[in-house]
Amino acid sequence: MTGYRFTIHRFMAVLRKEMVQMRRDRMTLGLLIGIPVMQLFIFGYAINMVPRHLATVVNVADPGPLANSMIAAINNSSYFDIIKATNSPAVTRTMLAQGKASFAITIPPNFSRDIVRGARPDLVIEADATDPAAGSYALAAMNGLATTALRDDLVGPLAALAPKSAPFNVVVHNLYNPENITQYNIVPGLLGVILTLTMVLATAIALTRERERGTYENLLAMPTRPVEIMVGKITPNIFVGAFQATLILVLARYVFDVPFIGSLALLGITSTVFITALLGVGYTISTVARNQMQAMQMTFFFLLPSIMLSGFIFPFRGMPGWAQAIGEVLPITHFLRIVRGILLKGNGALEVWPEVWPMILFLFAAGTVAVLRFRRTLD
Amino acid sequence: MDYAINVKGLTKRFGKKTAVNNIAIAVPEGQVWGFLGPNGSGKTTTIRMLCGLLKADSGEGTCLGYDFRSQSEEIKRETGYMTQKFSFWEDLSIRENLEFVARVYGLPNKKKLVDATLEKLGLTSRQRQLAGELSGGWKQRMALAACTLHSPKLLLLDEPTAGVDPKARRDFWNEIHRLSDDGITVLVSTHYMDEAERCDQIVFISYGDIVAQGPVAKIIADSGLITFTIEGDGARELAETLRGQPGIEFVAFFGAMLHVSGYDRAALERALLPYRSDPTLAIKETAPSLEDVFIQLQDQAARGNS
Repeated sequence: MTGYRFTIHRFMAVLRKEMVQMRRDRMTLGLLIGIPVMQLFIFGYAINMVPRHLATVVNVADPGPLANSMIAAINNSSYFDIIKATNSPAVTRTMLAQGKASFAITIPPNFSRDIVRGARPDLVIEADATDPAAGSYALAAMNGLATTALRDDLVGPLAALAPKSAPFNVVVHNLYNPENITQYNIVPGLLGVILTLTMVLATAIALTRERERGTYENLLAMPTRPVEIMVGKITPNIFVGAFQATLILVLARYVFDVPFIGSLALLGITSTVFITALLGVGYTISTVARNQMQAMQMTFFFLLPSIMLSGFIFPFRGMPGWAQAIGEVLPITHFLRIVRGILLKGNGALEVWPEVWPMILFLFAAGTVAVLRFRRTLD
Repeated sequence: MDYAINVKGLTKRFGKKTAVNNIAIAVPEGQVWGFLGPNGSGKTTTIRMLCGLLKADSGEGTCLGYDFRSQSEEIKRETGYMTQKFSFWEDLSIRENLEFVARVYGLPNKKKLVDATLEKLGLTSRQRQLAGELSGGWKQRMALAACTLHSPKLLLLDEPTAGVDPKARRDFWNEIHRLSDDGITVLVSTHYMDEAERCDQIVFISYGDIVAQGPVAKIIADSGLITFTIEGDGARELAETLRGQPGIEFVAFFGAMLHVSGYDRAALERALLPYRSDPTLAIKETAPSLEDVFIQLQDQAARGNS
């Protein structure tokens, strides 16, 4: 076997072949560039964790001034958009059932009078809680409204009815993203998700396509070695990944105004580790999958937990322990913490390292499986 | 005599099925050997084992002087293997395919070599065309040129002419003989009898066993087959009547002519006697063709296996 180690000329032969094939496959190349841009614009603009202007129907049975002030305050809060006023409980219920309204607010008869009498009337809010997250910010805002809405009305002889403030102040600092802008969280997260999708898929298909077209047998019959094929096939994808990452970051900076506090060099280095780990996964899949369809299915099997369990959309710490354990294995979970940490918090190498070594570990595990799975023969 | 291929005890199993069963082949350098046998008989598996694409379960021997089990890397460098299905890259141009092969083998003067090969193929003007756009015949020619680009000493061809028109087939075989004249050893599997007849020796394999081996004339002589031809208007109806009669091994059509073969001359004559007097039928004894022997060997193997 001596004298047949990794050679540059065979690696270059595979690399050049891959480059030509990639250039010729306009569709795939277009997708590799189109997917990140499209996803970034769609998800960047579409996903909003702090939904405002939620459709609200009101049922006001009290013509009094305090009820009017309350309605005005609700409408001004920017969380609620009053789309309809009605006197019929049946109508409000129907609108909730049909999803035309997210909230129904009922102000009972004699609301103003009961307040003045100190009878503490009930203001009833019915929320469509099929999606618990959707209305939570609005409902939290409602509690604030309760204390402030009637401040201007409860003066003079009514001042005693005005709610007392707590005997201490709650001081909240929203660090790193004071305005709770969802895009600051989602756009850097999309970097991880988009790279996961395209890198794993492109690599998973690489070897499977050769097998499906019968060219794999030819490749094996020539003196090309597995490691030359593997590195030759993976290298172009590293460039594609780097290009995608750059594209996403430029859009993040100049279109979505995501803060770039930390070091771009550090982000570049950690991204490379992440991309390489993903290519390892893709290559492992391509040594297992018999055809491109299977490769695609396996890619999605990997992609779904990467989206759901990584903390991309749902808070990581909110998941049960076993789900967090799965999440900790996935490279994207660590990468998301790194990107958000570097961009939003200005984290340096020291803060980032605890998230880097799990990715390196993953890379070695995936690489080992890929090399072990790669057969130099057809059986 | 020096052998390009000299292996024995070659065996390959896939699960419970034995694809190749303890076969021995010794091909002297510079000869063209034909590999015959029905579909699924183990031809492709044998060829793949010889060039290291499949691991033999057992067997020993050499290919080009290298141990075929442990030195497949060395064998690959000096062997050209043409797969049954076109296995070059259809999304690369003809030139790019040849250049890739030249790079993989690290051939010197790559550009000149590729230019010369394209010229020889007559594809210089179409070198930028994608390989996938070529017709079947041209694909075969390109594949042959690509797998001989590195001047191999041994050529393994797996049904290279399947689905190729007769003219292209003839050209292809002329090329094989030209290569053979240059000293290359060729092992070629085929279903075509005329191609088999152009080989120095043939190996007939069935259900993983070698059932006959040698030069065409010897295989025909060794078969012990006696064949009569029947020609005429009623020949077609006669086929069904004769089939299965005592003394008749098998009945087969060759064009419009009926071949009736058996081992026992007396029994065969007896079976044909009633039709001798029919003026519309011409019954003559003939030398059995390779195809007669091929069918007989195949029938025998099938019977022995069931």
